[in-house]
Amino acid sequence: MNSMEQIRDKLKYKTVGIAGAGGLGSNCAQALVRVGVGHIIIADFDVVEVSNLNRQFYFYNQIGTPKVIALKENLLRIDPKASVSSIHTKLSPDNLIRYFACCDVVVEAFDLAVMKQMLIETMAEQLPHIPVVCGLGMAGWGNSDKIRMQKLGNLHICGDQESEVSEMLPPLAPRVLMVSGMEANEVLAILLNDFSIEL
Amino acid sequence: MNITLNTRPESFNADQLSVAEIIRIKNYTFKMLITKINGQVVKTDDREAAMVSDGDVLEVIHLISGG
Repeated sequence: MNSMEQIRDKLKYKTVGIAGAGGLGSNCAQALVRVGVGHIIIADFDVVEVSNLNRQFYFYNQIGTPKVIALKENLLRIDPKASVSSIHTKLSPDNLIRYFACCDVVVEAFDLAVMKQMLIETMAEQLPHIPVVCGLGMAGWGNSDKIRMQKLGNLHICGDQESEVSEMLPPLAPRVLMVSGMEANEVLAILLNDFSIEL
Repeated sequence: MNITLNTRPESFNADQLSVAEIIRIKNYTFKMLITKINGQVVKTDDREAAMVSDGDVLEVIHLISGG
């Protein structure tokens, strides 16, 4: 097997949960499908709006469609054999345990800080063995060197940890893609731990 | 007691302090926080009861919106 086949072979039995299908979640899912993660579970309650198209992995003709449905459609255009579960719901401490208990890694890809806190605290209490990759701080533009990864136990924090979204500091594609790419990269680092290519 | 707070050494004039007390002393004003003692998450509701002692590692992460 060539190196890409070996990586796909290693990833095909892995399951990744993604909480939120906005800028972080939709782009992170795209990267994970391209690299060959076996199963992806995506939960989100929202529908695609025109204002999302500045950074989220959706298209103009998908406005009004639930994000999890549109995202599955887009991911299957990349790989028709990809296994994607779409859950059109608002996540809560009760249901997220049910949906994500079978995951090897969970990606926190929410917009609001209160939801980020809910997911991190619930996972730590109920499913402490599952690593969580979280996105924190990606508003605005420039400052590429501020974006970093901090590992605290099995919580992996990606972002600059300071630039909060506001009217003055909107979320824009380049930095959102940097952080979603960093989240996907951390997922890979976790899933490919102890793996090396055989030549 | 001497602890490590967000990777930096920090001293307090007490044998023990709760996570909530340290947050007040340090004047962390952010509403949304994740707190961890020695790698274990302390939930928001448990911060008054969770005690930090000499040698502990305390992490206080500010949660901000965006995604």
